[in-house]
Amino acid sequence: MNPEDQTTPAGAETAGAGNGAAPRVGPSPGEVAAAAERPPPPAHPTGRAIALRDVDAYYGDAHAIKSATMDYAPNQVTAMIGPSGSGKSTLVRCINRMHEEIPGARVEGEILLDDVDVNAAGVDVVAVRRAIGMVFQKPNPFPTLSIYDNVAAGVRLSGMKGINMRERVEQSLRSAALWEEVKDRLGQPGIGLSGGQQQRLCIARTIAVEPEVILMDEPCSALDPIATLKIEELIHELKQRYTIVIVTHNMQQAARVADTTAFMLDGAIVEHAPTRKIFSTPDDARTEEYVTGKFG
Amino acid sequence: MSAALPVVSRRRRTTDRVARAALLALTLVALVPLVLVLYYLIKEGLGAWSADFFTTDPTGRFLGDPGGIKSAIVGTIIMVALASAIAIPFGIGVALYLVEYGKQSRFANVVRYFVDVMTGVPSVVFGLFVYIVLVVTKVGGSFAAWKGSIALALLMLPVVTRSAEVVLNLVPNALREGALALGAPRWKVVFRIVLPTALPGLVTGSLLAIARAAGETAPLLFTAAFVLGTQLDLSQRMNSLPLQIFNDVGQAQDRLVQRAWGAALTLVLLVLLLTLVARLVQRRSRLT
Repeated sequence: MNPEDQTTPAGAETAGAGNGAAPRVGPSPGEVAAAAERPPPPAHPTGRAIALRDVDAYYGDAHAIKSATMDYAPNQVTAMIGPSGSGKSTLVRCINRMHEEIPGARVEGEILLDDVDVNAAGVDVVAVRRAIGMVFQKPNPFPTLSIYDNVAAGVRLSGMKGINMRERVEQSLRSAALWEEVKDRLGQPGIGLSGGQQQRLCIARTIAVEPEVILMDEPCSALDPIATLKIEELIHELKQRYTIVIVTHNMQQAARVADTTAFMLDGAIVEHAPTRKIFSTPDDARTEEYVTGKFG
Repeated sequence: MSAALPVVSRRRRTTDRVARAALLALTLVALVPLVLVLYYLIKEGLGAWSADFFTTDPTGRFLGDPGGIKSAIVGTIIMVALASAIAIPFGIGVALYLVEYGKQSRFANVVRYFVDVMTGVPSVVFGLFVYIVLVVTKVGGSFAAWKGSIALALLMLPVVTRSAEVVLNLVPNALREGALALGAPRWKVVFRIVLPTALPGLVTGSLLAIARAAGETAPLLFTAAFVLGTQLDLSQRMNSLPLQIFNDVGQAQDRLVQRAWGAALTLVLLVLLLTLVARLVQRRSRLT
């Protein structure tokens, strides 16, 4: 299905002039205007590098990740592709220690944020997760909270002090390309938004705590093509300020958003290379078979 | 009529009709006692009601005016309120431990098992337990309202815990993970995200436990005992609606039996009110 073939709700909202006009590709005039208004990214937050060194993960007896070693470059988008059950989500969860929420899961090896092992003794898991944010497969706004409070939630829950909340909320919603759509109804419940808006709300919530790395675990798999496109455009902008790791089932998506792509199979990282190379001339035969659709 | 889709056979149609009729008949039979209870309650109970009925205490005189049930209403409200103040925080606390921390650990499962056992313990046993531990030993006097409240609280505790555990389990894990991934400490996730999301369900479960406690006679029989006058002091004997009914029904005078009906109707309406509120609150819930 081609997203441009559909009547886009966003297009209808912004212009109303698109009636009968040829299908438009790229951002609508409204979006361009919104982008122009958006404040320049603040100087200080910038992406940090993540390095995996011989990382093994287990669920009870099951060996889910097998000595994974790879680097995530700062301010780059790295896609993790591979068939279901290949360990992509597990690996990403290990990076901000969310695997600890799964009973029986444990990790060996080093996961370095710059030079600090996130699993080292004495490292506060709360600090790790504040530095390494996460966006989940299904949008999960807090149902009891308004749009505003959803964005503020991260800042409040993690006990950050001395922050101008209104400013931070607006800034985060603008960065998540959601401000124009919700600025007049910040007090309404976050679950009243559409799926794609909810996911951008979750991204805004993550940005609000100013992490250095954002992990995205199949962020578009519950969304329609239009909403997916918006998130992908957003990812392009976010990499100016954050290191982004995106798990995806969708190889076209990896090709569209990622600077480098890693192919995983059976818990091992088969190959990590610039995205163009992975999809044209991969070194490993298994990668080639996967990206050409021979299996998976 | 095509051969590929034959009509329903006569036999199947008859079986269907008989089965439907039998189920309907059983349902109607089951409704009979329920309707009769309500009918007699209203018929006999309304006759006992008057302004004085709610505003005077039972006199205890054999001749003359028997008085109303004010002390019983006040007593029930006070004792159930104290019991709720004990049982609801404890019950929700236990449920939080089971769902958020204990999970499937051995200890948590033992606790779950005991909660289940406690749900099945007859209410008279709780009364007996408090009688032996607190009344016979004369802890702070003999019979006392607070002892009755403790017996009721013991009865409520497993009910509150069980219902709260079910509701807390309904809170999607995605919300907990979403909050944890923002760098929230676990206790804040519990208090700021999980509890507010589960709140309507927790309120409903608690109200149903309160309704159950309000109608119990056995736990109060030998803990708070019976007294005529309105009592506000928790360290003294206190009257209650179930005990008032229990006492009056055994009397040889029609007037007293009628007072029992009036008190019974009052109690049922009280419980009905709680149940209705519980249903209304449940509608606000976003969990299914």
